[in-house]
Amino acid sequence: MKINKNIAISDSGFLLNPATGESFSLNSMGIKVLKLMNEGKDYLEIEKLITNEFDVSNSTFDKDYNDFIGLLQQNHLVETESTKA
Amino acid sequence: MQKKKYERPSIKKIESDMPNKFGMRSEYQPMTHIDGVAVKDIIKNYGSPVFVISEKTIRKTFKDAMRAFTTRYPKVQYAWSYKTNYLSAVCNVFHQEGSWAEVVSRFEYDKAIGNGVPANKIIFNGPDKTRKDLEKAIKNQSLIHIDHLDEYYTILEIAEMTNIRPQVAIRVNMDTGIYPMWDRFGFNYENGQAWDALNKIMMSKKMDLVGLHCHIGTYMMTAEPYGVAAAKLADLAVGLQQKYNHYIKYIDMGGGFASKNTLKGAFLPGSDTNPSFDDYAEKITSAIINSNISPEHIPFLFLESGRAMIDDAGYLIGTVIANKRSSTGKRTTILNIGVNILFTSFWYQHKITPAQEFTHHTENTMIYGPLCMNIDVIRENVELPLLNAGDNVVIHQVGAYNMTQWMQFITLRPYVVMVSEKAEISVIRKGETMSSISDYEVIPQHLKDFKL
Repeated sequence: MKINKNIAISDSGFLLNPATGESFSLNSMGIKVLKLMNEGKDYLEIEKLITNEFDVSNSTFDKDYNDFIGLLQQNHLVETESTKA
Repeated sequence: MQKKKYERPSIKKIESDMPNKFGMRSEYQPMTHIDGVAVKDIIKNYGSPVFVISEKTIRKTFKDAMRAFTTRYPKVQYAWSYKTNYLSAVCNVFHQEGSWAEVVSRFEYDKAIGNGVPANKIIFNGPDKTRKDLEKAIKNQSLIHIDHLDEYYTILEIAEMTNIRPQVAIRVNMDTGIYPMWDRFGFNYENGQAWDALNKIMMSKKMDLVGLHCHIGTYMMTAEPYGVAAAKLADLAVGLQQKYNHYIKYIDMGGGFASKNTLKGAFLPGSDTNPSFDDYAEKITSAIINSNISPEHIPFLFLESGRAMIDDAGYLIGTVIANKRSSTGKRTTILNIGVNILFTSFWYQHKITPAQEFTHHTENTMIYGPLCMNIDVIRENVELPLLNAGDNVVIHQVGAYNMTQWMQFITLRPYVVMVSEKAEISVIRKGETMSSISDYEVIPQHLKDFKL
């Protein structure tokens, strides 16, 4: 899963969707996960990297990751089958 | 190598077109300690949830209230409102500070006696005083505040039978300009009921009319009505002086002072909008002093404020059970604190503070309790930092009514501990166990066995 190509993210966590004009703020973990997604890493790779670096269990991260992806989808920030070129 | 602290990934839409109607984030610092005692240590020793009472805050609040009144009026006496929090340790802090006891049932009356309050320093209020209750209170020379004429006639009968002069006052209800007007307790001022009761008492010559009492409402968000009420009671006192050459010993203004909690639906925090003790004191004392009561016979001013005296001293520590999203995508967090132990969440927007470090990122959150009941909502909207399952929170200003109105419902009621001024912890009510409940149940013989 990847975020939409035209979306801009600053290092401080400011995210702009030029298609809708909406802007968002991300916390540091949100930025990290989005960057890993943009690098093309899949869930298992992201999970391994995060759980190695941070004090979090696989199950907790799994739950939080899915919740985060749900929010990205709800705000139309990730590519879905219908938005892919 | 120690791993870094984890915070769940979060994304929040920036709303630039309109202000957040749920208010700004209010939590900037975690509450890791209560009066010098670590929240984590309290949980470790007494479990979660757990109520914590700050003795230091009770004593400070009491002194603040006393200062507000004693700097304006020469004779002031507080009576601790048992129904607000009748844990004996809490009552005794107030009694150590000089409070008498104000009770509204035989249970509370006996509790005050058990705590060591002299019976003639107990004010017995309320509509439910049985003949036996009244016999005991009369024999003990407690101060009986008469609520209705049935009670008056019972007192009169007991006085005639025992030849003991009951020490009585009447509760007066009145129009002070507020809505709703509390007229279910006592005798009305405007329609003459109060004078009718006073005349009966004075003409009976069987009892001592020692005071006049009112209690105009609860959580009064303006002090002006207290001035109106005090003026009306002072008018009755002057009338007694003129008609019967009788001087009452006290005017009891009851309670109802608002605490600093925020009512549901309020736009601004209660700490910014509610009157201070000084505001209430100014209105009450000015009205009495400016009345025609003779200065040589100025009565004591009795106060029975409960909520404003204890709310700030109570904390409730709890734990996040889980995070979810509602069907609309809204963040919901389930705590192990439900409305069964936090009864006041029905009318307050309680302040909730995480008990561990957090970042500046927040999310509008709905806080549910653990009960399998749809009404179990602690906060409908609160801007909270990102909490994980297992994190702890501290709920503020829970000292009033929760430890008396709480329900044993679905779960058992937790420990209540008190932090002393020396930062020592004492259990003041043990956590309930299965036997706390089952010991009072009886199963008929024919229902003891079954096969499934």
